Amino acid sequence: MATSTTKARTGEEPPGRTGAAGTARRRGALMHRLDVKGAPYVFVAPFFVVFAAFSFYPLVYTSWISLHDVELATLDVMEWVAFDNYVELWGDSRFWNALQNTITIGVISTVPQLMMALGLAHLLNYRMRASLFFRVASLVPYATSVAAAALVFTMIFERDFGMINWALGTVGIDPVNWEADKWPAQAAISTIVIWRWTGYNALLYLAAMQAIPADRYEAASLDGASRWQQFIHVTVPGIRSTIVFTIVLSTIGATQLFGEPLIFGQGPNGITGGADNQYQTLGLLLYEEGWKNYQMGRSATVAWAMFMLLVLAFVAQRLIKRLRSRTS
Amino acid sequence: MTTQSLPARTDAPARTPAGQPAGRGGRRLLRQRAGRQHHAGPLAYVLLAIMAVLSIFPLYWTMVAASTDNTRVSQTPPPFLPGPNLFSNLARAWDEAAMGKAMVNSLIVAGVIALSTVLFATLAGFAFAKLRFKGRNLLLMLVIGTMMVPPQLAVVPLFMMMAELGWSQQLPAVIFPTLVSAVGVFFMRQYLSEALPDELVEAGRVDGAHSLRIFWSIVLPVARPAMSVLFMITFVHAWNDFFWPFVVLDMTNPTVPVALTQLSAGYVRDQSLIMAGALLGTLPLLVMFIVFGRKIVSGIMAGAVKG
Repeated sequence: MATSTTKARTGEEPPGRTGAAGTARRRGALMHRLDVKGAPYVFVAPFFVVFAAFSFYPLVYTSWISLHDVELATLDVMEWVAFDNYVELWGDSRFWNALQNTITIGVISTVPQLMMALGLAHLLNYRMRASLFFRVASLVPYATSVAAAALVFTMIFERDFGMINWALGTVGIDPVNWEADKWPAQAAISTIVIWRWTGYNALLYLAAMQAIPADRYEAASLDGASRWQQFIHVTVPGIRSTIVFTIVLSTIGATQLFGEPLIFGQGPNGITGGADNQYQTLGLLLYEEGWKNYQMGRSATVAWAMFMLLVLAFVAQRLIKRLRSRTS
Repeated sequence: MTTQSLPARTDAPARTPAGQPAGRGGRRLLRQRAGRQHHAGPLAYVLLAIMAVLSIFPLYWTMVAASTDNTRVSQTPPPFLPGPNLFSNLARAWDEAAMGKAMVNSLIVAGVIALSTVLFATLAGFAFAKLRFKGRNLLLMLVIGTMMVPPQLAVVPLFMMMAELGWSQQLPAVIFPTLVSAVGVFFMRQYLSEALPDELVEAGRVDGAHSLRIFWSIVLPVARPAMSVLFMITFVHAWNDFFWPFVVLDMTNPTVPVALTQLSAGYVRDQSLIMAGALLGTLPLLVMFIVFGRKIVSGIMAGAVKG
């Protein structure tokens, strides 16, 4: 421990010495104490300074802006309107539509994604040849940008010559209009999210799985548990905190969904999330209000709505957890 | 088992006590438990092969589509083998999407962000892991808390700030807000708590080294494996970041993901061109993955053990 070392050092100094050597040593000790006390703050300062300037301050300022009318063209003119933006948002059907889309796309992208990641992690946890290849391969989508991934999947889901509809056709299923119909469109967008993040989550699970003590498995197999029972009763509980961590991360990601629906609805419909707003998310609505309708105040209001959604999601998660632990 | 990547340093400082290889952290954990694993049966291989194909196929198909022409792309069945036009399409995409400029911009943005994130995360991570100071736990809680805040919440005021600073459409607007990362600080703290022995820091103190000197000659060498992993992960994130660059940059000065949206914006869609652009934008990171795949994989896993 740094502090105990310091004390030991200063304590060792012979007391009552005088002369130049003593002064120099005392000055050295002072510098040393200053260094030990001050340096930690200097080391953590850059993080907090940048965070305060570019994250915390804007965060607080968002709520202030949401109480004003601000036009994109005249950013320095702010007109106080109190809660008008919130009242208007509450009465805006586009908001409820975007909220609903955000939740449905969030659920149908997050739930299968984490389930598949769990299964994939279990497979990767076997002792096998080429395990590094399989790990890197499952992480390749993570290296792809939203933009590139969304462009490719837009093409794969194309109505007239897309690969998916061709494949469906070979087994006698009529082509699906992936862009125009609400649920197919949301499923297609979720596919992009699932593709990009499953491997990443699988590696997080894999790391946690490898930290589970072996004796738990031994005890379980002595009790006659099958591999499936071991998976359910040893593996899953053993990585519970990592599962919670990934649920939190994916929930945050799902609330902010933006690039996938924007690019999937290429061209003029991108920002509105399809011709009927059938996949407009809160992220897209935020952008539309601010940078297409030029209403920064209303845009900030949408940002707050996103934040509230996130808070509600975590409260709900907590409640479910508490209810579950009470019933079990 | 392949988890013992993140090679232990061979050029460790002379002061490192014998038997204390730098960075013994999570990987020791991983290795000692490897013994109990079941061997994979044929079914596991088949399932994993399917997963690998699903992971890689969209990228392979990007390449296929980028190497044909539009009439061929829109035939049924779609082409599954590369055509002859790859390089001409890449050249067209390079010109039409201003890819040259976008690449340079992305390289600058991702490089600067990754460098500064690594430097500041290592500094702060060292302080949180090994130094004692008042308010340490509170500040660490703050760092962890900031991981939960979605950046979109701050986007409107940030845009106004950048306009005021005269940074709209300029790279500093993208770089400055992401110079540091809470995840990075936390990652380095976890790593250094385990990988850097307390005695090493104390030995430095006894020798009369001041904190910055200890950081430079003791912490940095020990932290280097984790630093390189954090650099790569941050680089990938910064290169792929979409929302904020899309908001604050325009087509005259884009990063790669922003430039890619340009390709799909027209009414007549030139599919081969779009796919050529997507391939160009992904290529640098794919190369990085092929070269450093093992490091990135083990880095993400090491960061997750205590996640």
